[in-house]
Amino acid sequence: MKDVNVVALCVFVFFFLAVTVMGFLAAKWRKAENENSLDEWGLGGRSFGTWVTWFLLGGDLYTAYTFVAVPAAIYAAGAAGFFAVPYTILVYPLIFTFLPRLWSVSHKHGYVTTSDFVRGRFGSKGLSLAVAVTGILATMPYIALQLVGIQAVLDVMGVGGGEDTHWFIKDLPLLIAFGVLAAYTYSSGLRAPALIAFVKDTLIYIVIAVAIIYIPIKLGGFDAIFDAANEKFTANKVGGLVPAEAGQWTYATLALGSALALFMYPHSITATLSSKSREVIRRNTTILPLYSLMLGLLALLGFMAIAAGIKVQNGQLAIPQLFEDMFPAWFAGIAFAAIGIGALVPAAIMSIAAANLFTRNIYKDFIKPEATPEQETKVSKLVSLLVKVGALVFVLTMDKTVAINFQLLGGIWILQTFPALVGGLFTRWFHRWALLAGWAVGMAYGTIAAYNVSTPKQAHFAGSSAEIPGIGEIGYIGLTAFLLNLAVTVVLTFVLKALKAPEGVDETAPSDYTADAGDAGVRPLPKVGADTH
Amino acid sequence: MSETTTGKPPVVTPLRVVIALCLIAPFVAMLWVGSYAKVDPLLAGIPFFYWYQMLWVLVSTLLTVIAYKLWQRDQRARRVREGGEER
Repeated sequence: MKDVNVVALCVFVFFFLAVTVMGFLAAKWRKAENENSLDEWGLGGRSFGTWVTWFLLGGDLYTAYTFVAVPAAIYAAGAAGFFAVPYTILVYPLIFTFLPRLWSVSHKHGYVTTSDFVRGRFGSKGLSLAVAVTGILATMPYIALQLVGIQAVLDVMGVGGGEDTHWFIKDLPLLIAFGVLAAYTYSSGLRAPALIAFVKDTLIYIVIAVAIIYIPIKLGGFDAIFDAANEKFTANKVGGLVPAEAGQWTYATLALGSALALFMYPHSITATLSSKSREVIRRNTTILPLYSLMLGLLALLGFMAIAAGIKVQNGQLAIPQLFEDMFPAWFAGIAFAAIGIGALVPAAIMSIAAANLFTRNIYKDFIKPEATPEQETKVSKLVSLLVKVGALVFVLTMDKTVAINFQLLGGIWILQTFPALVGGLFTRWFHRWALLAGWAVGMAYGTIAAYNVSTPKQAHFAGSSAEIPGIGEIGYIGLTAFLLNLAVTVVLTFVLKALKAPEGVDETAPSDYTADAGDAGVRPLPKVGADTH
Repeated sequence: MSETTTGKPPVVTPLRVVIALCLIAPFVAMLWVGSYAKVDPLLAGIPFFYWYQMLWVLVSTLLTVIAYKLWQRDQRARRVREGGEER
């Protein structure tokens, strides 16, 4: 068993306690009059300004898993792992284009989830259910991976216990972290992660800034770092400093597919809808790329881990181990706290988003249509607990690779809701049944194709790219499935229109998509105590 | 905002074309992987592949800011025109 790094652990525990207190106090932050509504608990009263939204979205999208997995991918394969950077570059022009429309229509009609919008736009509970189920399925493994991120940090600090430790002792720290997270999410809702995101991001920015200057100096500069990496890739005949010709399609399709998928995830939508005006979103697309820059620097840490001679069996431990080896104990503690808190923020938002989907689009639509806002909030709070317990059981009982496989599948799945959501924001031309059929085809193709990806080490789900039928290049399965989905949707829409199949009732009007706070019909903003921009 | 306004501004204007170009440019640059999949020239020891993409984070941000400013101008112009007609 490894020795416990006492100093690092103390610093970690200190920050953890600090954010716990903040998490509970968050319930009182900018409190509105009516707390027992889903708008309050699940969307923070739809009151967040530019900066809070920036921290919330950043905390939401750049998770502990990202911090661990992106450099880990670089550590293992080099250039191929860097696709995360073009991916996040492409996200912002996309959200600039469609999210303000979603914000407007959601505000006008009180939509809390994407499924709410799809139901309102196409008048189809079936399609809305498909979007909701996809969202919940894609989010669960994502939450599980956040816990994997915390586990990695605990392992490196030596409190994870060895393989022979009793399971309860081994998992106790994770159970405590989890219990605390569950408790303040339950009591404070979206306000908790919004407040904690400030701490998380401040820590992360400090750690990255220090790491990117301090570690290269210790390792003899970037020349030495990239030389060492090149040597390793050449010796192992795996990966390289630039993607080979054959890998370029994979690189581009992964970047594009992931960018299209990101804002289909329920948690990104939750953070978006919590902002108080349309302008907040557009303004955010101009400041959010700061996180992409950080991600790029962070990715380079993967090369530094190679140069520093980090040898880990589990690639996920490469970066925590690098911090442990390179930094003095107290600063390693700060770095670990950054990763740990980086897991709590998204895990909280994700569980809230999944809970909102369940409450609005399964519970209210199918089980209890007459549910009051108080009941909705109660159900959502309980489901947020259940979702987290599910993720915990997932992590504790199954192999880590299962969580990673499912997360990979989740990305492919969530992309299949794009035509209904983004298509619906711009046109009502698509037929609801065609969208449902396209979704089903995309889901089926994506799942089967991912299942069939194998390497000598792993029989199924060994990666997220496969040959694109008809082109012959290797590309991201999610994007191929998406194009298939789109083709089916378009063809069937023509057919269904020719057959005069009944269209659903559209409860939205064209002007709803451009409405802003203060316009007629847009619900007045809740009164808040202190306003922070 | 009545729907029967006469002389509605056209949907496609030069301003909007520029906005669209600003938003499309990052896609062209980033998806054309062959254009930047190389090691040289190095920048402070970092291969071209990496610093070029990081540079594009800044370039695309700048383009988004331009698109945002132009969009605000476009919306203001339209609002003034609509307001004028209603009165």
